[in-house]
Amino acid sequence: MSLPHLFRFPGGIQPDAHKKESSEQPIRPVPLPARLAVPLVQSSQGSARTIVTVGDKVLKGQCIGEAEGNAGTAIHAPTSGRVTEIGRYPMAHPSGLDTLAIVIEPDGEERWIAREPLDMASASHEELILRVQASGIVGMGGAAFPSHIKANSKIDTLIINGAECEPWISCDDRLMRERSADIVTGARILRRLTGARRVLIGIEDNKPEAITAMKLVVQAAADDGGEISVITVPTRYPTGGQKQLIRVLTGFEIASNQRSSSFGVQCFNVGTAHAVCRALVHGEAMVSRVVTVTGNVEHPGNYEVLLGTAVADLIELCVAKPGTERTLMGGPLMGFTLPRLDAPITKSSNCIIAASNTLFPPAPPEQPCIRCGSCAQSCPTGLLPFELYWSSRAKNYDGAVHYNISECIECGCCAYVCPAHIPLVDYFRFAKSEIRARNQEKRAADQARARFEARSARLERDKAEKAARLTAKAAETRAALAANKDAATDANDAALIAAAVARTQAQSQAQPPASGQNGGATPPEPSI
Amino acid sequence: MAAQPRRNRVSDPDMSSPHIRKPVSVQREMFTVLLALVPGITAYVWQIGAGILVNLVLASLTALAAEALVLKLRARPVAITVTDGSALVTAWLVVLALPSIVPWWLTVLAVLVAIVGAKHLYGGIGQNPFNPAMAAYCAMIVAYPALMSQWPAIGNTDFTTQWHLILGGERAIDGLTGATALDAMRTGLRGHTDVTSILSSSAFGFVGGRGWEWIALGHLLGGLFLLATRTISWRQPLSFIIGLGLTASVFWLIAPERFPSPLFHLASGGAMLAAFFILTDPVTSSTTPRGKLIFAVGVGIIAWFVRTFGAYPEGIAFGVLLMNLCVPLIDRSTQPATFGQRKEKRP
Repeated sequence: MSLPHLFRFPGGIQPDAHKKESSEQPIRPVPLPARLAVPLVQSSQGSARTIVTVGDKVLKGQCIGEAEGNAGTAIHAPTSGRVTEIGRYPMAHPSGLDTLAIVIEPDGEERWIAREPLDMASASHEELILRVQASGIVGMGGAAFPSHIKANSKIDTLIINGAECEPWISCDDRLMRERSADIVTGARILRRLTGARRVLIGIEDNKPEAITAMKLVVQAAADDGGEISVITVPTRYPTGGQKQLIRVLTGFEIASNQRSSSFGVQCFNVGTAHAVCRALVHGEAMVSRVVTVTGNVEHPGNYEVLLGTAVADLIELCVAKPGTERTLMGGPLMGFTLPRLDAPITKSSNCIIAASNTLFPPAPPEQPCIRCGSCAQSCPTGLLPFELYWSSRAKNYDGAVHYNISECIECGCCAYVCPAHIPLVDYFRFAKSEIRARNQEKRAADQARARFEARSARLERDKAEKAARLTAKAAETRAALAANKDAATDANDAALIAAAVARTQAQSQAQPPASGQNGGATPPEPSI
Repeated sequence: MAAQPRRNRVSDPDMSSPHIRKPVSVQREMFTVLLALVPGITAYVWQIGAGILVNLVLASLTALAAEALVLKLRARPVAITVTDGSALVTAWLVVLALPSIVPWWLTVLAVLVAIVGAKHLYGGIGQNPFNPAMAAYCAMIVAYPALMSQWPAIGNTDFTTQWHLILGGERAIDGLTGATALDAMRTGLRGHTDVTSILSSSAFGFVGGRGWEWIALGHLLGGLFLLATRTISWRQPLSFIIGLGLTASVFWLIAPERFPSPLFHLASGGAMLAAFFILTDPVTSSTTPRGKLIFAVGVGIIAWFVRTFGAYPEGIAFGVLLMNLCVPLIDRSTQPATFGQRKEKRP
């Protein structure tokens, strides 16, 4: 077999992997926590609508929130138990804000609802897509995009993302080592849904065991009408970024305003492919995920975590060592510091890192930029981060837009390599939010102006129409009057004359002209 | 309302990504550059004499003092910037650009012009449009043309003599100075002597100036070290060598008796120092990949023309300052295409 031709994306970095800390132990279960708080919002695009009430008994895998709208995805009870509360709970988000969550108190029995696997041979495309949505499947690589939308497009190349490029994270690695068969089955289902001609499974070369395991399954399965290949890609962050991996495997460069499907490519995380298999072949909705817990903990490793488990429970299980200063969700390059540990594990939480100042030293003081251009060399989007920095710092947002700040994917490569230790990504996030606010203001102002102009125009038009109507009516009346003038006047006059004549005659008959003081129709009889 | 960023921090960097950083620093880069200058300085001491060490010490102290003072006056953090090594790099480059037997006050003045004038008047590190060392060199050659043309003669490496020339008030320089290769070539050509007979004079060695070509070799080694450690980009050195070498080649091929060879140009004067240490100054060079090429080719071409037709024997400094002026324009017109807009090969 010839080696596949791989492409390069610009920039990228090669930080220490730190995968071994967590990748050498099998995936372990987590004891049932006392409480599970499942947020209704689990995807980037839509939400779920509660269909249970407080006090309801629920079974594991039972739908507790229906997909809201076409982009919504359902949520399910992660275990059997009782709904104790539907209220506001902290989000797994850097803001630490609250969001609506369904709280379930486990009964400890882990009783599944009746599982209904689909008969893959007879199920229609629509049935499969509906099941993906109803099983609550979203992208598990981090973006949490609803999978049923992506799976419902016709493409040529299906990419299964097993790159896992961020340091410290190893949940996809373990999943590929232990559950390769399910991943490949899921990939086959996704291939059927998308009609893809070929499936490319991209894995970074620092995961040889995962590559071997995946290759074994792919080779063992009989050819079923399409090419599936496991492709080893060089370890270089951010290869696991969707657009970067698509570039590496297919050569397509997809700009920020383009969709991969218009290039005939769609990309799913290995975890997502695994979840698709569980949902369709085994009838199990998405109720848990593999989470890497690592960093400054006694028992780093990968755990099968029920959705809604509090991060604090995981940290307690893995025992944070002294010196743990803060807890990160996600990898060290794109993850965020959790403002509170009662935040729940969601469908996109791939990693929890207990961070000490030894493992993750605080940033050295920021120094002036010397324009060395290291940031530009490392940028996978081909931006000039130092120019963005100058513009953002000067609040010259037009300049930032000129240097394409909207293309920035916030991967952190620039800040990682900066010798002046400038928190570049922070500057860009700030500038982006300012630009967004500015655009919103502008849009609001434009709308207000449009409304005002429309109203003025309408008033003006109404006025003109009214004036025209009145003019027309006046003219009409005048014309009508003119047309009827003779007849009307004659009749009127004749009547008046007739009346006058009658009156005169009556008067002259009734009394002599001399006594006519109270000339009336019935003058009083004179009292002579 | 949106929060205003604090003076130096947009948000708490320990809270937001990325949470890891490469072990690099401005300080480390600057000291790597200083280390890379050591081979050239060693060759200098060996061929020309240890007098340059006096100037290096003098210039380093002046640079650090001036840097600290100006930072204090400007109410900027003093310690972190003084120790970043950038002032020392500037000081060493000024010394390497000046004749090593100039009086001490000229060295001090040149360093002050570089640090205070060229660097801090424009806003300090990262903000200066002109290469400080080259700006100082040009100011000195315009202000003190006689002193700036007194280069130590090859063979008079006696330290005591050089010490007295630098620190003593009197300058009995007869026999102690000599023409540099570029000087001898220019004077010779003005006198309508042909290149071959000029090259037979004692000022010339194998390819460049006698003795000086060893220093150039030292700088080349230092430069290769900087390339190997990825401290500098290959773009400026290579395109400068191409710019100077190609221009020299064209004229040399047309009239070899009137124009010296490209090898002579590259081995003489400050060509190697400039290629690896001056043009690669991140602050004043172009920053885009294509811009770096244009910038350095431009310096090479201008340097050849100033050397050949100008009033001064060495033209690199003027080339650098002129191209420094063009950097904003070059940067703006060579903005690289972003991902998805590039003309990369497609499947």
